[in-house]
Amino acid sequence: MGATIVEKIFSGKCGSTIRAGDVVMAPVDGAMIHDITGPLAIQKFYEMGGERVFNPRRIIMLFDHQIPADSIEAAKNHVYMRRFAAEQGIHNYDICEGVCHQVVMEKGHAAPGEIVVGADSHTCMYGATGAFATGIGSTDMGFVLKFGALYFRVPESIRAEVNGTFQPRVGAKDLILSIAADIGADGATYKAIEFCGDTIRNLNMAGRMTCCNMAIEMGAKAGIVAPDTITWDYLKGRREMTPFILNSDPDAKYEERRSYDVTKLEPQVATPHNVDQGVPVGKVAGTHIDQIFIGSCTNGRFEDFTEAAEVLGDRKFSDKVRVIIIPSSRDEYLKTLRAGLIEKFVTAGALVEAPSCGPCMGGAFGLLAPGEVSLSTSNRNFKGRQGSTEAFVYLCSPATAAASAITGEITDPREV
Amino acid sequence: MRVWKFGDDIDTDAIIPGRFLTIYDEKELAKHAFEGTRDDFSKLAKDGDVIVAGRNFGCGSSREHAPLALKGAGVRFIVAQSFARIFFRNAINVGLLPLVCDDTSGIRDGSSIVVKEREGKVIVEGKEYAIEPVPDFMYNIVEAAGLVGYAKQLKEIPVCTKSRQ
Repeated sequence: MGATIVEKIFSGKCGSTIRAGDVVMAPVDGAMIHDITGPLAIQKFYEMGGERVFNPRRIIMLFDHQIPADSIEAAKNHVYMRRFAAEQGIHNYDICEGVCHQVVMEKGHAAPGEIVVGADSHTCMYGATGAFATGIGSTDMGFVLKFGALYFRVPESIRAEVNGTFQPRVGAKDLILSIAADIGADGATYKAIEFCGDTIRNLNMAGRMTCCNMAIEMGAKAGIVAPDTITWDYLKGRREMTPFILNSDPDAKYEERRSYDVTKLEPQVATPHNVDQGVPVGKVAGTHIDQIFIGSCTNGRFEDFTEAAEVLGDRKFSDKVRVIIIPSSRDEYLKTLRAGLIEKFVTAGALVEAPSCGPCMGGAFGLLAPGEVSLSTSNRNFKGRQGSTEAFVYLCSPATAAASAITGEITDPREV
Repeated sequence: MRVWKFGDDIDTDAIIPGRFLTIYDEKELAKHAFEGTRDDFSKLAKDGDVIVAGRNFGCGSSREHAPLALKGAGVRFIVAQSFARIFFRNAINVGLLPLVCDDTSGIRDGSSIVVKEREGKVIVEGKEYAIEPVPDFMYNIVEAAGLVGYAKQLKEIPVCTKSRQ
């Protein structure tokens, strides 16, 4: 019997045949910690008797959730982590590079066939490179810092085959919101979602990252796309590696197979208060909005801002909404800046902030008051996620966000 | 011991909102558990109280602050129809036991509950509900007061040894 890509990754790491359902102590190739979950992971590392980390070069440290420090407590956490980095010889990207997941990808810290863990649930985004990547808690991370390995229950895979060509102004975010609505918030718990099919093959890395990023919103342990020329091209200059073939065997055993056709897919909007509450944009068109956020690890890349700018054209954003735009990294910021899009957004009335998680997790700035409504390109719309538990968060694509920013209410991007 | 009953898809933002994540002390975190969504919990929860929920408890973020906040409030067991993956691991790692029960719909908020995890059941108002057996390795970790205690006992780790679940 054949093996899935996930089974092959674990088998490759361990040098023996590993199957879904096996519980294995596997070595990890990379481990990411940030300012929210890092301090506790470091504390746990010490409590476990840790003295030196397993390999400082395999640890990725940065601050992105509460930057520049928005409270004295956050500043103290940053100091604590900086001291740890200095003591252990870990390179610290500090507050300057951007959102953790984007930085891991663009600095080449995840590659095909690797096992990468991060103390953040959206770590599953690195599956876009063909790595097995999963989010873990701080205690698990403390264990990884010390031992360079972790217990994994190797997941069964759900094969999500996507075919067809998107309509104009419909894309990866609409696809993943529709898949989340189909599979449900817990439909993939403890499973890996393997994205395949022509549509995925034709998606650029930005789109693949958007899809894999949101695998966790269905409870999945990982999202993954088999590497191809698009993957290897992306890795050029980021990671020295000779391309190789890594994909699931035709006779691999899947937990489930689902197929999707995007030909008639409409722009999707996830309605409050769950990510799996996605509907075609027409069903909520006209909904009043107070704040729009275009950014986050899900949709804060140059490609996303290009999509938003194309919808915007030479128009202005409505003065009825606050538009907050945050590139997900320094590199993405520079690309967007050099293309003239930052000037375009600022001229149109947006507030453009430096790379960070921003309002996505409601911990730093851009919080909502009771009764306020946000439309966001980020990944979660739970009650209280962006501030008050009495606020409402809708999720959408950059195109839908831009169209809605022009009109001041939820708007179909194909109609502006 | 009383039941604190919750529904489906209780997410980690509800358990502990993002603005409290600079706190790491479990007693301090407990003061903000379910703030804004279930304000009576932090005021009234007592040592030994049990959370009972529907499907997908603990979905969302990897923040370990969530199980810590519940542990700080005195909770030792969470009984739910299913758990989100990261929360499930985090709970065990901090020494909380997540117990899976097929159907919790008949269990009412405020009921008295007795957990007999080794016997595979909980008893609510005299009625028994079966819970799934807890694997030994989970007991090993919880009994070592979490993964920290467990890791301390390890001289070296058995990399690439596998076992079937």
